[in-house]
Amino acid sequence: MTKKTYLAAINEALRQEMTRDESVILIGEDVAGGQASSGGPGKVGGVFGVTSGLYDEFGAERVIDTPISESAIIGTANGAALTGLRPVAEIMFVDFIGVCMDQVYNQAAKFRYMFGGKAKTPWVLRSMIGAGLRAGAQHSQTLHPVFTMIPGLKVVMPTNAYDAKGLMIQAIRDDDPVVFLESKLLYQTEEDVPDEAYAIPFGEAEYVREGDDVTVVAVGPAMLHAKAAAERLASEGIDCEIIDPRTTSPLDEQTILESIERTGRLVVVDESPPRCSLAADIAATVADKGFKSLRAPVKTVTCPHTPVPFAPTLEDAFLPNASRIVDAVKHVKAYV
Amino acid sequence: MHEMSEYDLKRAFRRMSAIRQFEERVEKEFALGNIPGFAHVYLGQEASGVGICHDLTNDDWIGSTHRGHGHCLAKGCDITGMMFEIMGKAGGLCRGKGGSMHIADFDRGMLGANAIVGGSPPIAVGAALTQKLRRTGHVAVAFGGDGSSNQGTTFEAMNMAVVLKVPAIFVIEDNGYGEHTGVDYAVGAESIADRAAAFGMPAETVDGADFFAVHAAMARALDGARGGSGPATIVTECPRYLGHFVGDPQPYRTEKELADARARDALKNFRARVTEAQRLKDADLDGIEAELAAEIDQAVTAAVQAPFPDIDELETDVYASAY
Ligand SMILES: Cc1ncc(C[n+]2csc(CCOP(=O)(O)OP(=O)(O)O)c2C)c(N)n1
Ligand SMILES: [Mg+2]
Repeated sequence: MTKKTYLAAINEALRQEMTRDESVILIGEDVAGGQASSGGPGKVGGVFGVTSGLYDEFGAERVIDTPISESAIIGTANGAALTGLRPVAEIMFVDFIGVCMDQVYNQAAKFRYMFGGKAKTPWVLRSMIGAGLRAGAQHSQTLHPVFTMIPGLKVVMPTNAYDAKGLMIQAIRDDDPVVFLESKLLYQTEEDVPDEAYAIPFGEAEYVREGDDVTVVAVGPAMLHAKAAAERLASEGIDCEIIDPRTTSPLDEQTILESIERTGRLVVVDESPPRCSLAADIAATVADKGFKSLRAPVKTVTCPHTPVPFAPTLEDAFLPNASRIVDAVKHVKAYV
Repeated sequence: MHEMSEYDLKRAFRRMSAIRQFEERVEKEFALGNIPGFAHVYLGQEASGVGICHDLTNDDWIGSTHRGHGHCLAKGCDITGMMFEIMGKAGGLCRGKGGSMHIADFDRGMLGANAIVGGSPPIAVGAALTQKLRRTGHVAVAFGGDGSSNQGTTFEAMNMAVVLKVPAIFVIEDNGYGEHTGVDYAVGAESIADRAAAFGMPAETVDGADFFAVHAAMARALDGARGGSGPATIVTECPRYLGHFVGDPQPYRTEKELADARARDALKNFRARVTEAQRLKDADLDGIEAELAAEIDQAVTAAVQAPFPDIDELETDVYASAY
């Protein structure tokens, strides 16, 4: 066990699975970098370095740089997956999904069902989510609700290095198309991560913190703020239970419902606009299946119904933060 | 050059110099932490944008890319308004909501920088359709990089422009790289222009460090587009002085390649040509450079001190009609 960053944990998962199974390939823009350059290929390894070193280890046949052609990247992953490879395809920033969405939601997600259970599409679509880097409206979104609502896709949102490795290994071994959403702001966070390979099953939420007063469910990058809020609230005598669903599809409803049986109060934190968000989805599920447990209305903490602004003042106001979560928790705690 | 007036020559130099100095300053201010986010600069590509935009009016449209500062300046956008925007300030051309990759200025016929590679070509087809239906005689230009020429949206837009016979001009700026990948790897065909020509439009390749070559190619494309014969493509071959973004360490480029890129200098080229032909004097050009240096300096000083947008702006301008 050594401390590793979230970024290094994903890199290690990719390396170990590529070593274990020669059908695993990487495909995307600049996953190696430097093709047809004076300095030679393999020196980049993705814009933040998640795939660094893999080109040198596995070569150009398995670490495939592509032209800027997202439809063809996912289409290629589709065809390769249907015929026996296990592609890990990268769509750099999740915002670029618009260019290739047909191959994701009309093709990959539906093959198995439309073809009467005959097809398997074992790919992983890696992509980065999240605001906070001042990257503007087309490089900052968290589009997990868009994927979560599509039957046939599985959606993974690791919030720490340990989960990132185990969930990536599961994603690669899984026989379905898995959208693996990496939070940019978490790349440099560190955890103890086992050196050996391990898989974390999908649909199993994790208790990040146990507490009896209020259940806080947070997904993806929002987890940072949920943890900070819980610390602050603990010093004021309010004990939050934080739940990380880890995968939004499948969603571990059971763990959330069990927690609410004890706390009777729920705040859901989600860095996406409020309408049709995961926050709205979980709130609705709890209103339906956990109504008797609830002792207060469910509160959600999300972004506003706007694109992501560029100016630092606006982007900071746009994002969920610890103070807003503290306020929401106090509100539901005070409700009698 | 000979058919260009002294005023025109000075204006072309002014715009190229504005881009050069503006971008060098962006590089500096970025390092100082005054520019949030990412910055993709246009250093080395000045003659491409300025040559293309020289004969466009405020009623002709351009759509740009993530590397858009040069296109904005070439189309006449305000230096101060741009610097404010890039720093995220309330007084910016998009009130600080857009940033470097989303500068738009409709009064100048600038439909927006675009952070989605291949975003602008289809939009330019639409802008050109408006010109056709309204019989304005104006055109729409889509800028894109060599990398964007591999995007399906670009192919679709090129074909549709031919089918609809609209006055759209596709400008592919080949700076040798899409991010960190060389064009010879990512473009399967020998020539990007040949691919465009295969859709059924005139297409040519010119030296993107030579203002006069770009300008002449654009004059041919404009003749066709304004004359009603439809779209055209121009590929401008440009050097890329810096990395993909400011701060890119470029381990994939050798020192020699970087030096060779710098040796292709649109401004030095232009200066040599116009002074040798005795059209302009070095002193004229030096004066223009000095004026711009002062203007950019003032813009930066003002932008650094200017306020960020008030958070009341967060939820405004999501919709145009009532919501
Ligand atoms: C649809 C889409 N895919 C990928 C990216 C990431 N990206 C930004 S710029 C760029 C390279 C563009 O290359 P090129 O078109 O040659 O323009 P240049 O940067 O060289 O000006 C890439 C891949 C993006 N912004 N949009
Ligand atoms: Mg390029």
